[in-house]
Amino acid sequence: MNDNPCTQIRHDFPIFEVSVDDQPLCYLDSAATTQKPNQVIQAVKDFYQSQNANVHRGLHTLSEQATTAYEAVRRKLAQFLNVQSREIVWTSGATASLNLIAYGLSDSLKKDDVILLSPLEHHANIVPWQLAAKRTGARIELLPVDAQGILQLEQAKALIENLKPKVMSICHASNALGNINDVAALIASSKSSGTVTVIDGAQSLLHLRPDLQQLDCDFYVFSAHKALGPTGLGGLYGRYELLNALPVYQSGGEMIDTVSFSGTTFRPAPEKFEPGTPNIAGVIGFGAALDYLAAQDHDALFQHEQSLYQSLLQQLSGIDGIRIWGDTANNVGTVSFNYKNEHHYDLATLLNTHGIAVRSGHHCTQPLMAHLGIEGTIRASLAFYNNQQDISRFIAALKDTISLLEE
Amino acid sequence: MDLSHIEHSLAQHGAWQGKYREIMLLGKALPAMPDALKTDDALVKGCESKVWLHLDLDEQRQRLILIADSDTRIVKGLLAIILACYNNQLPLEAGKLDAYELFDKLGLIKHLSPSRGNGVRAIVERIHQQLQVLQ
Ligand SMILES: Cc1ncc(COP(=O)(O)O)c(C=O)c1O
Repeated sequence: MNDNPCTQIRHDFPIFEVSVDDQPLCYLDSAATTQKPNQVIQAVKDFYQSQNANVHRGLHTLSEQATTAYEAVRRKLAQFLNVQSREIVWTSGATASLNLIAYGLSDSLKKDDVILLSPLEHHANIVPWQLAAKRTGARIELLPVDAQGILQLEQAKALIENLKPKVMSICHASNALGNINDVAALIASSKSSGTVTVIDGAQSLLHLRPDLQQLDCDFYVFSAHKALGPTGLGGLYGRYELLNALPVYQSGGEMIDTVSFSGTTFRPAPEKFEPGTPNIAGVIGFGAALDYLAAQDHDALFQHEQSLYQSLLQQLSGIDGIRIWGDTANNVGTVSFNYKNEHHYDLATLLNTHGIAVRSGHHCTQPLMAHLGIEGTIRASLAFYNNQQDISRFIAALKDTISLLEE
Repeated sequence: MDLSHIEHSLAQHGAWQGKYREIMLLGKALPAMPDALKTDDALVKGCESKVWLHLDLDEQRQRLILIADSDTRIVKGLLAIILACYNNQLPLEAGKLDAYELFDKLGLIKHLSPSRGNGVRAIVERIHQQLQVLQ
């Protein structure tokens, strides 16, 4: 196996020099949040140390510099996603973005309209729509997913054409199973019905670097912290006419044209969705993350992730009693599994004694777990900074854990 | 199972694998709760795993009888420790006990993450709530 791209890259991530419970960290929880490279940490530190000022609020030099840097990241992200800057709204994360969109689209929903989701969705892409359905009388329908947790594309396309949903909101990649959904095909099928399409890109931004013009979605949401950036920041892309037509969600300063007690007028998108002082340091840090990614050979990183994923799959399948869920042929590098009838809590607790960081439980996808007929899984999720040694350590710890459980 | 015995056997192990082995052995020794008793009322909320708990008073002896079970091996072992602490106590005495402190003394609490630690806390809080009803 070629570990080359990884050996250099791993040095960019200072967390790997830290020991946890006296052991080097074996981090297999990147689907929850990714680690941060030095460049991001330094950018946040530099901002507070020598550039800190509020944005869009002053003529003084620092404020102008901060504003310029802040807006430059919006352009950078727009370029990264191949859309226009004015189509990018900063929020506190994917959750906030989905709430904004579901609230905003409620105005155009009425009784018996269909909101189409899938059983694979994160709670953040379910609950805001349930609230929207409750407000408007719209109903939620689900795309078909098989017993392994794989979206059934042909049936799904037929269902879309049949139901003519007003809104379809689907994850690009499943956080619980890692499956990559063919969202481009789903979006294409919905075009003739005029469906508003929302893509939850929380798990895809880093691994897949989507071209949103190619996907042709109307909205795309993400969290910066799952793509090397700081926590507390995320955003959304919205096709401009649709985005600008959404009603104001939260209000306050910075998003208004004029305020008087006889009436207030709002600025156009994206400003009208960004009230108050934004997460300036977060945006600056995320800019450094985007620069970092732009400087890497994406194909090489993706290949590296995929070869680690294959190796992990292969070694796991070699252990008798392991049940792997999800689509292993199209995956961002997340393995979700159970071992016989052992509880994921016991497995994760014992793995932790070996310094292995994995997630256990329902992964904020309780409907998916119910669909699969399980309470939860162990989830090991990879990123390009992982290496073969992480995989071997994980497998050794898992074998040790299994023999301890079966004593 | 008495507490000093538990304390002793846990203290023998420096490494966490060994401690968890002991904890799981304690769990294995705890009799399984009949399914009929695993009712929704008996479920303790606030635990990552499923925990069922029943607390009763032996009227004649005025002593507590607790039975508990969990769907995970480790939590079941932790329950065995909590039960060793409360079972057979007079209600008044039991009211003064703090199993959370005991876990601290056994060196277990700081190695349980907040969610796991909260599981222990939730179980103990449930016991004390039910004790108040008894008194
Ligand atoms: C697919 C998916 N959607 C939405 C979210 C919510 O993201 P955040 O908690 O950063 O708002 C997550 C995070 O786990 C996710 O994986």
